[in-house]
Amino acid sequence: MPQDLVTSPLPRPTDPPVTPELVADHGLSPEEYERVLHVMGRELTFTELGVFSAMWSEHCGYKNSRRLLRLLPTEAPWVIQGPGENAGVIDIGDGYALAFKIESHNHPSAVEPYQGAATGVGGILRDIFTMGARPIAVLDSLRFGDLDSPRVRYLFSGVVAGVGDYGNCVGIPNIGGEVAFDRGYEGNPLVNALCIGLMKTEDLITASASGVGNTLMAVGARTGRDGIHGATFASEELSQDSDEASRPQVQVGDPFTEKLLLEASLELIASGAITGIQDMGAAGITSSASEMAGRAGNGVELDVALVPVREPGMTPYEILLSESQERMLVVAEKGQEDEVRRILEKWELEAAVIGRVTDDGRFRVLEGGVVVADIPALPLTQGCPTYEREGVESEEVKALRSADLSAHATPSGDLTELFLRVLGSPNVANKRWIYHQYDTTVRTGTAVRPGGDAGVVRIRGTRRGVAATTDCNGRFTYLDPRRGTLAAMAEAARNLACAGALPTAITNCLNFGNPLKPHIYYQFREAVRAMADACQAFETPVTGGNVSFYNETDGKAVYPTPVIGMVGVVEDVDHITRAAFRNPGDAVVLLGRNSAELGGSEYLYVTAGLVAGEPPEVDLMAERRLQQAVLAMIQAGALHSAHDCSDGGLAVTLAESALGSADPGDASLGVEVTLDDDLPPVAVLFGEAQGRVVVSCAPERLDEVLRLAADHDVPARSIGAVGAPGGALRIRVRGAAVELPGERVRDTWLQGLSGIMDAPHAAGA
Amino acid sequence: MKMAVITFPGSNCDYDLYKAVQQVGGEATFVWHRQRRLHGYDAVMLPGGFSYGDYLRAGAIARLSPVMESVVAFARSGGPVLGVCNGFQILCEAGLLPGALVRNASLRFESRDVHLRVERQDTLFTSEYDAGAVLRVPIAHGDGNYQADDDTLERLEGEGRVVFRYVDPTGTVTPDANPNGSWGNIAGIVSADGNVLGMMPHPERAMESLLGSADGVGVFTSLVKSLSTAAV
Repeated sequence: MPQDLVTSPLPRPTDPPVTPELVADHGLSPEEYERVLHVMGRELTFTELGVFSAMWSEHCGYKNSRRLLRLLPTEAPWVIQGPGENAGVIDIGDGYALAFKIESHNHPSAVEPYQGAATGVGGILRDIFTMGARPIAVLDSLRFGDLDSPRVRYLFSGVVAGVGDYGNCVGIPNIGGEVAFDRGYEGNPLVNALCIGLMKTEDLITASASGVGNTLMAVGARTGRDGIHGATFASEELSQDSDEASRPQVQVGDPFTEKLLLEASLELIASGAITGIQDMGAAGITSSASEMAGRAGNGVELDVALVPVREPGMTPYEILLSESQERMLVVAEKGQEDEVRRILEKWELEAAVIGRVTDDGRFRVLEGGVVVADIPALPLTQGCPTYEREGVESEEVKALRSADLSAHATPSGDLTELFLRVLGSPNVANKRWIYHQYDTTVRTGTAVRPGGDAGVVRIRGTRRGVAATTDCNGRFTYLDPRRGTLAAMAEAARNLACAGALPTAITNCLNFGNPLKPHIYYQFREAVRAMADACQAFETPVTGGNVSFYNETDGKAVYPTPVIGMVGVVEDVDHITRAAFRNPGDAVVLLGRNSAELGGSEYLYVTAGLVAGEPPEVDLMAERRLQQAVLAMIQAGALHSAHDCSDGGLAVTLAESALGSADPGDASLGVEVTLDDDLPPVAVLFGEAQGRVVVSCAPERLDEVLRLAADHDVPARSIGAVGAPGGALRIRVRGAAVELPGERVRDTWLQGLSGIMDAPHAAGA
Repeated sequence: MKMAVITFPGSNCDYDLYKAVQQVGGEATFVWHRQRRLHGYDAVMLPGGFSYGDYLRAGAIARLSPVMESVVAFARSGGPVLGVCNGFQILCEAGLLPGALVRNASLRFESRDVHLRVERQDTLFTSEYDAGAVLRVPIAHGDGNYQADDDTLERLEGEGRVVFRYVDPTGTVTPDANPNGSWGNIAGIVSADGNVLGMMPHPERAMESLLGSADGVGVFTSLVKSLSTAAV
C-alpha cells in the first residue's frame, strides 16, 4: 500500500510510551512485535498496541493451536457453516438448521465462580442468536477438584448457581452436561458451556461487514471499564495472586438485558435491516469490528466518541478492549438505521451509530474525528503468527501409565461395599443437586432432561428431535491423550445412539495447560490427532469450538480435557429412548465385551486414590458398529431402554438403569444379572472398558435384539432380567456377587453428591 | 376463545402459554406490556419468567407496566386471569391476590416435577379435573415460597381458596413434598371472586406425555369450557 494513504495517528497526551517492557506486559514476544512493526510499517501507539495484544493473544489468535486444528475434518454434506463463524450450523432436515457451539470460561470462573460461569453462558447464547438461531438448549461441562476442600465446594456451588441463574432468567432449558471431581482440577476448575439454537435454514446470517458504506451500530448494554483485556488474561497462567489482581478482568452478567438483546437481535435479523451481527465478546469492539471487516474483505472506521459508555473519561484503549457483557455490533443497511433503532427501542435497548464499512481494508479508529488507530484488518485478524511447538510426553505420566495394577484386580474388601463406594462417589452419584437448580423444561421442548445419556429437544411442527451431549474423561486423557480423546468421542456417540439419535457433528472445547511446555503440547497434539481420526470414523465433522490454554495454577496444569460436544438428529420422536428400565421381567442385554481393563477407573480413584494404568482401548470401527446396532434396535421399536457404560463401569450402569430418574412418582426397579466372564470380578464390575451398552427389551423381542446385534457384528448376550418396583440389585460374577436392597442402592446414589453439598457448613469458604 | 398472553420484558414462558392455549383450541395473542388497551379478550394470562430481571422484587416492577391497569380492571370486572410463576408473583404485587412469594426455603432455584392435589374442582380453571386428583407438573422458580399474615391464611383456607397444594405422589401433604417452604404447601390460590388464579407450578409445561406429563391440560380445557358455557 502506498505510504501516503496510511494515516499515522499521533500518541494521545496521556498514553504511556510504547517500550519493550510495555510490549512484554501485553503478552507479545519481541519476535511477534517485530512482525507487528513490519505489518504496520511504523511505530505503534498505545491504543494500537492494545488492539494487537488482544487480537494476537492465544484466545483470539489461536497461535499455538491453529496449525494442528487444520487436521480436523470440517466438511460434510449437512454442514452449512463450519469453523470461523460465531457458531457452526448443520442441516437437520425439514427445512431446519441447528447452530451450536461450546465455549470455555475457565479463568473467570476460577476467580469469581458465579459471574465467571454466568457470563460464560451469556457469551455462548450470543454466539448462537447472532447466527439467526433461537437458543433452544444449553449444556454445561464442569470440572472441579475434590469436594473435601471448602474452596472447591465454594467454586462448585458458585459455578452451578451462575450457570443456573443466567440460563433460567433468559429462559433457555439446560438439558444435560457433565461434572467431574478430581484433584487434577484443584486449582483450575473448568467451566464449558454449550448452546444449541434452531432456525429455518434460510434465516442464517453471518458476522461479516459487507456492503461498503453500510453503518456500524453498537447495540445493547453500554461499554464500561469491566473485563478490559480479558482475552489476554485468558491467555496466561493463574497464580495465587490471581484472585485479587484479576477480579477487574472478570465481567458481570445481566441476563435480563441478554433476554431483551436476544429478542431484539432475532427481530433485527428477521427485519432485513441488517447485513451482519456479532457479539462483542473476547476483546470487545476490537475483535467484533475487525473480524467482521476481515471476513468481508472490507475495512471499518469507527469513532469511540460515539460509543455509549457507562462513565465519562474512558480512553480509546479502554473502549476498544472493554469486555462489558450483553453488547452487539451490527452492520445496518445504509438508510435502515432508524429501523434498527426502532426495534431496539421496543426492547428498551440502545442503538448508536459508531462508524461505517469502508473499502480500504483498514481497521481505523477515531476519537472525536482524530485518528487514534489505523491498522490493516486482515493481518490483524489473520496474521497472528502460528507455531508448532515441541511435544514430548512427560516421564511422570509414562510411569503412571505403566504402573502395575495387578494387585488391584483382587478386591480390597467385600464387593458389595466396594460397589457402594463407587456408586456413592460424587463422580458417579446422581447429579440432581446440580440440575434441580437449572430450568430444564422452559420452552416446552425438552423430551429428555438432564441425568440420562443425552438431552433431547423435540422440534415443534416436525417429527424430529435433536440430541446433545458433552463428554470427556480427563483421567483417560491424562494417562494417554490419544486413547482418552478416542474414548471421549466414542462415549459421546454412544450417548447419542442410546438416546435414539444419529451422531451428526461435534463442537470441541480443548482445555489444556501451557502449550509452551513440551509435555502439554504433546497432550494437545495427540488429542487433536485422535479427534481427527474419530471424527472421520464416525462421520461427525467439527463445526467450531474453542481452545483454552494456560489452565495452570502455580505451574500445575489441569488434566488435558478435550471436551466433545456432540449433536445428533432423532428422526422420529418415537425413537427417543431413555436409560431407565421400564418393565419388570424385561430381558437385560449387554452389547459389547467386558475386559480386564482397570486403568484410569473411578474404582481405582475411590478405593486407592490412584490415577494410573492404561486407559481402556478404543476400537473406532467396533464403536461405529455398536452405535449403528443400537440405532437399528431402537428404530425397530425393539428396546425399552439403552444406557451407555462409562464412569464406574458395568455395575454402575446396571444400577442407574434400575434406579431411573429416582424422582417421586417414578418407581425404581430391581435388576438381576449374571456375568460369567472369565475375568477378575473387579474388572467385570468396575472396569471401564469401552464399546459397551446395556439395553432392555420385552422377552419376546430378545431374539430380534440379538439378531440385530449379530447383523452388525456386535457381541451381545442376555445377562438377566429387570426386577420388580423397589426390587433388589443382584449382580453375580464368578464366585461372588453384589447384592443389595433397592432402597440402599437408591439412597447411596442420591446422597453421594447432595449429602456432601447439603451438609451443614458445606457452602465452603 | 380469545386469550391475551401478556409479554413483559423478561417474560420467558409467554411462548409456552401461547402454545398451550392453541393446543386446547383457544386463540392466543401476545400483548406487549406497553399496550394500554385490553379489549375483546375472554381471558388474560400472565406468563412466567423474570420480568425486569426480578432485580427488585419478583413482579414488583412489572405491576407498574402500562398494561397492568387494564389487567386489574379486567380482573375487577370478573374476567378470568391466570398467572403462572412470575405471573403469580405479579398478581400478588398488583394486589389481585393476597400474600407474597418469597425466597425458596432452600435459598436455591428449584426446578423439577412436583405433585399437586386439586383442592377445588369448582373453579373456572379446574372443572375438568376430579376433586382430589393428583397432578404431576414442573416447577422452576427461586421465589415460590407462599407466605401471608395469619388472618389472610385463615381466610384463604376458610373460604376454600387454595386450589392446588404440593403433595407426595399418593396425594398426601408432607413436608418433603413441599419444594419451597410455602405455608400449608400452598401451590395455587384464587381470588375471592374465583376469577383470578395464581400458581407457581407450570401447567403449560405439562401438556403432552412426550415431555413428561399431560396433567396440566385440564387447566386450559377447564378455562375454555367455562368460557364457552358462560358465553351460551
